[in-house]
Amino acid sequence: MAATAEHPSAQGSDPLLTDADRESLLRHMLLMRSVEERGLKLYKQGKIPGSFYDGRGQEAISVGATFALGAGDPVSSPLIRDLGAHLVKGTDLADVFRHYMGRANPISRGREGNVHFGDRRRGVVGMVSMLPDMMVVANGLALAFQLRGEQRCALSFFGDGATSRGDWHEAMNWAAVDRLPVIHVLENNQLAYSTPQSRQFAVPPIERAATYGVAAQTVDGNDVEAVFTAVAQARIRALAGEGPTLIEAVTMRMHGHGAHDDMRYVAQAELEAWAEHDPIAIQSARLEGIVDLAALQADVDAQIDAAVAAALDTPMADPSDVLDGVFCTGAPEPIGRGLAPWSGFAETA
Amino acid sequence: MAVRTYLQAITDALREEMRRDDSVFVMGEDVGAFGGAFKVTDGLLEEFGAARVRDTPIAEAGIIGTAVGAAIAGLRPVCEMQFADFVACGFDQVVNVAGKMHYRLGLAVPMTIRLPSGGGFSGGPFHSQNPEAWFMHAPGLKVLAPSTAEDAKGLLIAAIRDPNPVVFLEHKHLYRRVKGEVPDAPYVTDMRARVARAGDDLTVIAYGAMVPAALEAVEGIDASIEVLDLRSLVPLDEEAILESVRKTSKVVVVDEANRTCAAGAEVAALIAERAFEDLDAPVRRVATPDIPIPFSPPLEQRVLPGPASIQEAVRELLAY
Repeated sequence: MAATAEHPSAQGSDPLLTDADRESLLRHMLLMRSVEERGLKLYKQGKIPGSFYDGRGQEAISVGATFALGAGDPVSSPLIRDLGAHLVKGTDLADVFRHYMGRANPISRGREGNVHFGDRRRGVVGMVSMLPDMMVVANGLALAFQLRGEQRCALSFFGDGATSRGDWHEAMNWAAVDRLPVIHVLENNQLAYSTPQSRQFAVPPIERAATYGVAAQTVDGNDVEAVFTAVAQARIRALAGEGPTLIEAVTMRMHGHGAHDDMRYVAQAELEAWAEHDPIAIQSARLEGIVDLAALQADVDAQIDAAVAAALDTPMADPSDVLDGVFCTGAPEPIGRGLAPWSGFAETA
Repeated sequence: MAVRTYLQAITDALREEMRRDDSVFVMGEDVGAFGGAFKVTDGLLEEFGAARVRDTPIAEAGIIGTAVGAAIAGLRPVCEMQFADFVACGFDQVVNVAGKMHYRLGLAVPMTIRLPSGGGFSGGPFHSQNPEAWFMHAPGLKVLAPSTAEDAKGLLIAAIRDPNPVVFLEHKHLYRRVKGEVPDAPYVTDMRARVARAGDDLTVIAYGAMVPAALEAVEGIDASIEVLDLRSLVPLDEEAILESVRKTSKVVVVDEANRTCAAGAEVAALIAERAFEDLDAPVRRVATPDIPIPFSPPLEQRVLPGPASIQEAVRELLAY
């Protein structure tokens, strides 16, 4: 497929993006970071049970990738560093906080926690803890679209550690065999919990992808426009019947695996170096003089304040119905359609 | 009505549902041109084409997880595991992805996993298992195990039309040995137990291949024996079980599966908890001991329950 070098947009000037799109990308990254910063505080205040997981420093990947998807292209699934995918698809902010806190909400009804959720009405399939299981499920969504002749694709996220498991192999192999319209986005954040890649694999996933017959490319995972461009190109290939793509987005996990992890196994100097390459700072610099950044942040903060207040005002999930919902008793409702904020979809929306 | 084998009845169910509903498709290893290891899907490729009769890579997690994705996109996949034993390779996708999806997120997963199960023909440790209890223990899955041709068709159609993941155990020993009158048109069989033989003195509770074994076992015993065919393990027809126990007061529970935590253990626990006062004797269990299924015919015949071991248990319990 077209390498990033052949496409100027990989450097962050994709002609397919209007200034409003670029601001929207920044807004969604700011939202993700702000939700997670507030979430961490609420966790420390004891208002969020369990643990808390965030994707600090990785906002460009889920936001940029999901921004390139059409309304009917589901994400299966955003992982624990991918809150941005939920936000781009239009998940209600107050519901995100209600879900985190175990309060009544229409998405998980208190049956799930942290980033293990997905608003099915908006085209998001919630993750399971056994990474890369949902890559296989994304293949199945893609198979359905292919079978019905629909112009849709599915997208999944996975981490570098997930490539050690068998489901990754089954997903990659099968996607290539059936030339499925699916995009698998590798978030290479250098660490699988505490295990470095030298203990995870001998051959990098991007090289393995080629041997499966899956088109692959590497992008700067901290450059939201580069991620967008790569996924937009992969989507064009998918809809043209040219098969699956693996996109490796290189980044760094800036926080511990969860709030309980002090990350003592990572050198401070490495984190400081990556902090200089922050995805929000990169996109903000591009929009300097075009967008009122202070006003944008203030607007995001106000949205978060309102969402948290609404969530805190919501009762805890009701234990009287805890046994309900194990089985579906009505007609099954297939995965829904989410928002598609990219201006490129405006004509077809 | 026509006389069909258990296997033909399963094929009929697949064919009729695929004709009725474009969203139904089958996939599995060698299900296409070869027609499946047991020929259950024979002829479907010719009628429906390779898009809806899909040969897959040898990847059980892939098959089941792909079916989950297709199901939530609005299709009705029917997966074949070549042997029930192989579902262990896709276990995580069944119990963690498919089974929990609706409870966690409200997303329905209408899919069927067909498991050719059971022993009795020197299949050895990896081609003879009865893994139903694995799935009874995992929330969110329905588990069906027909014993007749008529029920095989009606329950498979029920599975395909169900909005949930259904594990469908079709016993290999019954495929060509069991036959019966089967209605021509599609029909749905309730996921409820069936009285296969009515009686007053003792109840044998069984499912799958142990139903014909039980019927053979009680033939010629000079007592009035009831045989209850569970048909569905999840949901379990508790009322039918309790009703029969109240009537006969003596129960033999038969599993071809390994004994510990088997379906029969759940049935025995139910009776102990809710029908203790109705019993005239301890519940008697007949099951395969907790060993892998051995290959050599005399070894396999020693451990698998059959008419002789069931009859022995019935006679002993009658004399209690």
